[in-house]
Amino acid sequence: MMTSAVNHYFGSSIGRKHLVAITGLLLCGFLVSHLLGNLLLLVGPDAFNLYSYKLFALGGLLYVIEAGLALVFLVHMYLAVRLNIENMRSRGKYAMKKRTGRGTTLMSATMPYTGLVLLVFLILHLMNLKFGTVYTTVVDGTEMRDIYKTTMEYFANPVSVGWYVFAMFCAAFHTAHGFSSAFQSLGLNHGKYFGKIKIIGYLYAIVVGGGFAFVSVWAYMKGV
Amino acid sequence: MASTENMTLNLKIWRQKNATTEGKLVDYRVENVSPDMSFLEMIDVLNDQLVRKGEDPIAFDHDCREGICGMCSMAIDGKAHGGFKNTTTCQVHMRHYKNGDNIVVEPFRASAFPVIKDLTVDRSAMDKVMAAGGYVTANTGNAPDGNAMLIPKPIADEAMDAAACIGCGACVASCPNGSGMLFMSSKISQLALLPQGQPESPRRALNMVYTHDSLGFGNCSTHAECEATCPKGISIEHIARANREYMKAAFTYHEKKRSEGGA
Ligand code: FES
Repeated sequence: MMTSAVNHYFGSSIGRKHLVAITGLLLCGFLVSHLLGNLLLLVGPDAFNLYSYKLFALGGLLYVIEAGLALVFLVHMYLAVRLNIENMRSRGKYAMKKRTGRGTTLMSATMPYTGLVLLVFLILHLMNLKFGTVYTTVVDGTEMRDIYKTTMEYFANPVSVGWYVFAMFCAAFHTAHGFSSAFQSLGLNHGKYFGKIKIIGYLYAIVVGGGFAFVSVWAYMKGV
Repeated sequence: MASTENMTLNLKIWRQKNATTEGKLVDYRVENVSPDMSFLEMIDVLNDQLVRKGEDPIAFDHDCREGICGMCSMAIDGKAHGGFKNTTTCQVHMRHYKNGDNIVVEPFRASAFPVIKDLTVDRSAMDKVMAAGGYVTANTGNAPDGNAMLIPKPIADEAMDAAACIGCGACVASCPNGSGMLFMSSKISQLALLPQGQPESPRRALNMVYTHDSLGFGNCSTHAECEATCPKGISIEHIARANREYMKAAFTYHEKKRSEGGA
């Protein structure tokens, strides 16, 4: 019956869940590096601009990294959408009340919605900042993009900050379930340590979601 | 909460003629329900009334009425087996309810479980998953010596926890994704823990997952609603073990073709 087990793996429920889990954890890692970069905003314009300048100085390598990151995003989203559509079909027409209050949490039940918010956020975020207004500045005699100015201008608008904070709240919600769920999907659940993984997941959600939101609010308070 | 006197209950029960017609909730009133009755006995009383009136009694699945066969199904107030901890419907007693309560009774709902009639659903998809690999192949003959194969107690206990599955389908019905992962994984996990299960372990994982997926069960997204509802308290740790077994099998198992020889 099973002639090509590996082929089947990538079409199976568990194989695809593994991919969602792995890409999800990679994205969690990306968020941490992104947050550390954002914290340079607090240090000052030069530190932030130099950081961005050095990233761009990677040249071709940066494109490879960006392409990899884009691929990870796409695989994660595509599979999550596919799995969700299948799940909706499997529930049947008259599904029972979803929650007993002992399993499903608000976090787990809203994964598709928080994910969707994050997708919209991602697109707007790239448009507004990465592909936003280009200013230039000179640091230590080198001319470079003043991404600090673009960012601070963006966060001077209370609507932008409000939307940003909301999106980060969704990110926290999404990862609060996603983090530990990824470990479960990858088969890493044992009574000995799963409770700790769950706590790490919640801490991750609070620190990362809260960290991004904090930086945006800080930027707003500081003004342009 | 517990009632000691007989009560009158207002029930809304799903009536559906057969698999092809639409069903609907119908109101019934049952009087003189003793708190010592089980939920199924309460329905027996109602059916008795219906038969006396010349009406069609409510079809529902049941067998042992001792919480060990997994035959009783039905969702009580939107929860499989009523949502009581480690309890099958036949073990739900009416003392949990009080006089005048409104109770909604529906069949187990999932695409993989089509309704046959009223509260009876077709759970044969689970049999198909089981037939795909939920067994060990053994030589017949004399019963082997009990101590010939030593299994450490903690491992035996864990395998036993998984083996406690009675195949009732509450996990599927209560899963927001209609997934049969807890059911499927409890067998994969049980047999993966035991030496008897080893030879067929990779093939079992591949075939059971393949069959599970192709029968219209959904995918797990770790809501853990199944674990909360399972009348045998089976943990989603077994799903994690099945996930490991499946991954191992997918990347290492190679079925020998006849031309390559092999056993
Ligand atoms: S009738 Fe056997 S478990 Fe309920």
